[in-house]
Amino acid sequence: MQKIVDKINELFANDTVDRVLGWKTGEFSYDRTPAVFTKDTGLDGFVYDDFCGSNLSKYLISESAKGGKMAVLLKPCDTYSYNQLVKEHRIKTENVYVVAIPCRGKVNVEAIKAQGVKGILSVEETAGDTLKVSTLYGDCECDRNDVLYEKCSVCQKTHVVYDEIIEEEPYDRPRKDRFAEVEALEAMTAEERFAFWREQLSKCIRCNACRNACPVCNCHKCIFDNANSGVAAKANTDEFEENMFHIIRAFHVAGRCTDCGECSRVCPQNIPLHLLNRKYIKEMNELYGEYQAGADAETKGPLTNFTKDDVEPSIVYQKGGK
Amino acid sequence: MQKIGVFVCWCGSNIAATVDVKAVAESAYSCPGVVYATDYQYMCSESGQTMIKQAIKEYGLTGIVIASCSPRMHETTFRKTAQAAGLNPYMVEIANIREQCSWIHKDMEVATEKAKVLLRAAVAKLNLNKPLTAGTSPVTKRALVIGGGIAGIQTALDIADAGYKVDIVEKKPTIGGKMAQLDKTFPTLDCSACILTPKMVDVAANENVKIYSYSEVESVSGFVGNFTVKIRKKARYVKEDLCTGCGACTEKCPSKKARNEFNMGLDTRPAIYIPFAQAVPKLAVIDPNACIKLKTGKCGLCERVCEAKAIDYTQKDEIIEEQYGAIVAATGFNPIKLDKFGELGYQYPDVVTSLEYERLMNAAGPTKGHVVRPSDGKKPKRIVFIQCVGSRGQSCRDKSYCSKICCMYTAKHAILTKDHYPEMDVKVFYIDVRTPGKNFDEFYRRAVEEYGVEYIKGQVGKVYEENGKMMVQGSDLLSNEQLTIPADLVVLATAIEPDESARSVATMLTASMDTNDFFTEAHAKLRPVESPTAGIFLSGTCQGPKDVPETVSQASAAAAKVIGLLAKDYLTGNPCVAGADPMICNGCSQCANVCPYGAISYVEEEVRGPGVREVRRFARVNEAVCQGCGACTVTCPSGAMDLKGFTNRQIMAEVDAICK
Repeated sequence: MQKIVDKINELFANDTVDRVLGWKTGEFSYDRTPAVFTKDTGLDGFVYDDFCGSNLSKYLISESAKGGKMAVLLKPCDTYSYNQLVKEHRIKTENVYVVAIPCRGKVNVEAIKAQGVKGILSVEETAGDTLKVSTLYGDCECDRNDVLYEKCSVCQKTHVVYDEIIEEEPYDRPRKDRFAEVEALEAMTAEERFAFWREQLSKCIRCNACRNACPVCNCHKCIFDNANSGVAAKANTDEFEENMFHIIRAFHVAGRCTDCGECSRVCPQNIPLHLLNRKYIKEMNELYGEYQAGADAETKGPLTNFTKDDVEPSIVYQKGGK
Repeated sequence: MQKIGVFVCWCGSNIAATVDVKAVAESAYSCPGVVYATDYQYMCSESGQTMIKQAIKEYGLTGIVIASCSPRMHETTFRKTAQAAGLNPYMVEIANIREQCSWIHKDMEVATEKAKVLLRAAVAKLNLNKPLTAGTSPVTKRALVIGGGIAGIQTALDIADAGYKVDIVEKKPTIGGKMAQLDKTFPTLDCSACILTPKMVDVAANENVKIYSYSEVESVSGFVGNFTVKIRKKARYVKEDLCTGCGACTEKCPSKKARNEFNMGLDTRPAIYIPFAQAVPKLAVIDPNACIKLKTGKCGLCERVCEAKAIDYTQKDEIIEEQYGAIVAATGFNPIKLDKFGELGYQYPDVVTSLEYERLMNAAGPTKGHVVRPSDGKKPKRIVFIQCVGSRGQSCRDKSYCSKICCMYTAKHAILTKDHYPEMDVKVFYIDVRTPGKNFDEFYRRAVEEYGVEYIKGQVGKVYEENGKMMVQGSDLLSNEQLTIPADLVVLATAIEPDESARSVATMLTASMDTNDFFTEAHAKLRPVESPTAGIFLSGTCQGPKDVPETVSQASAAAAKVIGLLAKDYLTGNPCVAGADPMICNGCSQCANVCPYGAISYVEEEVRGPGVREVRRFARVNEAVCQGCGACTVTCPSGAMDLKGFTNRQIMAEVDAICK
């Protein structure tokens, strides 16, 4: 963290930027909330640690439009979102200075709680793989790798865009097959899969956190907020249509979703929303060739591009809902 | 609230036999907005239309639904009817209860139920229709013809004669195409060059025609009446305005070993050359792959002998941009390559294709018109012609279609050969002899009866060399015998296929093609010279195999269609175009990515609305370019993009009505 603080102070000092988008501590000691620090007020309250999971790139839509130059701290996964937003002309890049920051994977406090730890007061990082947790009922320890966000287990590891990078010694952590969960769903019968999703989506309280956190869900006016869209009211008519909210959202981000994992990270009901998006990614990879949204800021997405090698629609139909 | 009238058509028994039309009309009254519903035998008839007009006036209808055949059939008819009765023509909806309903169902109950649902959907949509007014766009009064063979020449001449400007783009250094290479033409046996070259001269001299020879179309944008085309003029290394076509350079050129394309590679030509004596334009061109100067920097002989100072080794390709109102594809054909037909012995010099044989017989050809064996220059005693090489086949190397011209040109070759050399033995292997055409069968019979050409019904399995003879092994199906005939020369009637440039041209024109890469027509019977893409017309063999007279008639037909288009000052556009709501649009560019017409651009302007006043980037549709395909509307995640006449809400209303 000290390297980052030094870097920002340097950027302030040499007038490269006048603001920086980072994190500060929120309600609880382990809450990290996005915050803007200005050259005038300084970095008072700034923090970067194991809990800074949130993706800051989406905030640049409004922040970069304000004028003046702003530094933004982006983890490897966040840089993909940044590129995707640049591709969609949503960020004024001339107002942004990207500082790529290292990441060892972010800790999900909910996962610590799920291990039966109650009354958490604070969680302390160690250099190794152990986290020291102090609770109302005394101290305990847990293995970092057991309590990371799902998205960290499929980390892309590299930053794809930056003006400047703050290097740190490489850190290895267990990784899993990105599409293993999707394949498990594909192995189900249609009825099982339907039941799985009905159960998962029935937990939804329509808090809109997934939509609001998703970097590519960035419409000026979301169709679900637009009474004239003919869709907004639909998703409220009954329980089943309510489930359609997530399906429609997944369609809207298909080909644009960078798999940053924010949807699942912010869901208060722990719905594995990333699985919907990842299913589409897998499908598109198979049908239109490997594609990673946000890997660059120029390539057309598979659904808004036509190439001679695209599969015939009949092949897509044949595959159906499998 | 709309006041909707519903008119259910029987289409004689086409619909009424499987759909209870009275029940369908009756059901309309349960749809919101419907104030009148009826049925009639033929809605498209004069009396049917009168009925519609009267109902519009009598009931003060604001919109009508016709439940009838496909909108492709009569939408225009009923729009005109509505307009005549004072309605906006876009307040008409067609419920297709024929093609997608009565024709495909046998059970009356099921078909009737489906017809009711389709009608319900059309009414639901019409309730949200708004009157639309079509814009107009001016027509650029200049046509482009791609390809300068006989098809392109004829089309260009006819357009020019009507008083319109027309440009020909020809990729070869001269116009003339395949016909310039032919010796005589069946069935009248006029000399091909004698009838073609005057047309070539005519087209070059016509002040309305501009010829871009040695040029290719690089890109096409725009739409009917307003195409913008980039043409690549390839470097000739010869200044067109200075070259007199004297040919001094071609005589002095030391590099004389290049393949002579005009003579099908039967002889060679210099690196700087004029394709043939009557070439138009008669200009020299340097083949950069053969020119010593261009390859090594040393030589420059042609520059020294050129009195006109026309040689320019530094010439570069040039891109010309021009506007056109209509484009004609006349990209022509080529004989197929024979590398997959090894058993027919094309690798031997004494096995030639029919087009090579044309050059062997031609007085201006490599042998001055003497038929000799390419291997030793000796006069053959026996020639065997093999028909249908690569045509009418089922394997992957074959074309499935009949190449159409081979039967007649083989008969021509046989007659001409026997006419010049009565002592020569001429045999023809054939599957069928196809001679539908004026004086065609008489011509074929002359070959057999008058000239004694031996026609053998059967296919050839193998051609191989033995003691300097080409041994032709085939079967005679009529006598059921296996034959091995020693021949001195074998001629293969090679199938024809569209020129390899056709596909890229079709892609640029967004014109559709069939699986054989022939351009498809807008309607196989009723619109044979138009492409389904508006403003694109088809001339000659790019549409399918044709002989010269057929090509010329089709070329003139295409010209007539072009003239009909260019005669208009304005074209009425399609009012069903897309548009983006700046309040909702994010400017993300996804719609522009999918727009096949390049109709969408982006602006950064201030938008004002409740609580919003800021400069935003948003999409703007060029309504003159938009074709209303709707690709943008389904791509837009925020629903900012919508299509007039087919709004998202209208489509949703149809779906809701169907699912009700």
